Amino acid sequence: MKVTICIGSCCHVKGSRMVLDQLRTLVRENGIENEVELCGTFCIGKCQQGVCVTVEEELFSLKPDTTADFFENVIKARVMK
Amino acid sequence: MRKFDTKVQHLKYKVLREVARHAWNDTLLQNVMDLPHMIIPGKIPTMRCCVYKERAILGKRVKMAMGGDRNNPNVIQVIDIACDECPGAGYEVTDSCRGCIAHRCEDVCKRGAISFDHNHVAHIDKSKCVECGKCAQVCPYAAIIDRKRPCQIACKVKAISIDEEKSAAKIDNDKCIQCGACVYQCPFGAITDKSFILDAIDLIKNSKENTEYKVYALVAPSISSQFSYAKLGQVVAGLKHLGFHTVIEAALGADMVAQAESRELAEKGFLTSSCCPAFVQYIKSSFPDLLPLVSHNLSPMATLAQHIKKIDETAKIVFVGPCTAKKAEAQLDSVKDLVDVVITFEELQALFDSRDFDITTLEEEVLDNASYYGRIFARSGGLSDAVAEGLLEQGIEFDLKPAVCNGIEECRMALLKKSKNVLQENFIEGMACVGGCIGGAGCLTHGTKDLAEVDKYGREAFEKSINDAVSMLK
Repeated sequence: MKVTICIGSCCHVKGSRMVLDQLRTLVRENGIENEVELCGTFCIGKCQQGVCVTVEEELFSLKPDTTADFFENVIKARVMK
Repeated sequence: MRKFDTKVQHLKYKVLREVARHAWNDTLLQNVMDLPHMIIPGKIPTMRCCVYKERAILGKRVKMAMGGDRNNPNVIQVIDIACDECPGAGYEVTDSCRGCIAHRCEDVCKRGAISFDHNHVAHIDKSKCVECGKCAQVCPYAAIIDRKRPCQIACKVKAISIDEEKSAAKIDNDKCIQCGACVYQCPFGAITDKSFILDAIDLIKNSKENTEYKVYALVAPSISSQFSYAKLGQVVAGLKHLGFHTVIEAALGADMVAQAESRELAEKGFLTSSCCPAFVQYIKSSFPDLLPLVSHNLSPMATLAQHIKKIDETAKIVFVGPCTAKKAEAQLDSVKDLVDVVITFEELQALFDSRDFDITTLEEEVLDNASYYGRIFARSGGLSDAVAEGLLEQGIEFDLKPAVCNGIEECRMALLKKSKNVLQENFIEGMACVGGCIGGAGCLTHGTKDLAEVDKYGREAFEKSINDAVSMLK
């Protein structure tokens, strides 16, 4: 499963590095490195909704403090399915 | 507020703007022959002896704006007919000569080139003079001056000579490092850099609003000292308004380079930087034996472009910077597939105005990808600071002793010492332009405040360390 985090300027200042760091840690802690591929991208054109994260073409709007929930409810849920 | 330092820049800008305007509208081919008349209408000359000569020269400027002579690999070219005005006579006695009694000039001249007329005024015999300049040094009235052409004074690598037949400057392509110093200094604008704005416009147009592929603008960190009449966020908005998909700081590439280069330095024990393409070209042409000591890292521009093309394979990259030598770098085999087009800040101003919008009316957008250290690459000394930080952050023990070379003359001294094995330092930071990139020939303005602007902009970076900025990319 490909998870793309926007690291363009807008998302960057809204905390995309914190989001990315948390996701990296969570993926590792849960031992799902083989199932989840984390990638960065520069701007997907939805700057107002940053931090923009896409999972299999579906756009999610995250903040550093909603990242843990997103991981549980979206990434983990989909991997377990 | 004035957008440029000189009227030569303004003239060049007007040509670029009109060429770009027609290119956007697909009317360039029909109008290319009429452009000189459109830019210089009427009968009264304002720059040269007659309006016809002005237009003839302008026709050549249009050609340069459209890419120049494709058979000449040099991005810096002389417009022959624009250059015939400066006497390149060497040492001459001016009317400040008082006809004194001391005759220090005569005594110091070992060649016996100085004689005096019936008014006791000195004269130099050109057939004897070897241009040593001693007479000029000793004259208490500073009456003897060195009449050199400004281009030759600007060119510290001595690539410019005078083509007697054409009575115009001639560039030795083997020596020229394409730094653009002569472009900025020529008071007649007779030496100029080829422009690739048409390629940039084509990329944007053919992207069909970034649906066929995405066009990325990479902006050099020296942009912080430019477009001072607007906010940086408005420049970013302007770039997007032109049709770029997004704008990314080339300083992020500088962060990547700082990290890799500090490791490489510790491993090899000695390095010269590879960020400045004019400096690297200078080593190639004048110190080829030192080539193995040049860092193997690509420049920040190429490093970041490479990364973007890894993420987005169809991406097109336009680098926007202060530098004419970057235009040459983008043609190197190692870079040509990474960076598609290079334009300067001057050319960006022309592109903005060719679309008739005022960036000061746009809402600010954000530009934040790099750390403080990546951003200060724009000024002399910044690269060395960043390498020191790179060593520190990665816990590498290495006693960094940088030779910060500000301008190509200082580079030459350090390289000369290294070639004789007497250089004390273990890292040469080479910047061909005095001041670093903020002194680049493609800058709109060059001012004393520029350095402070770069540091201020550096401190505003969201990421404070190189590691944090680069960690996003792995």
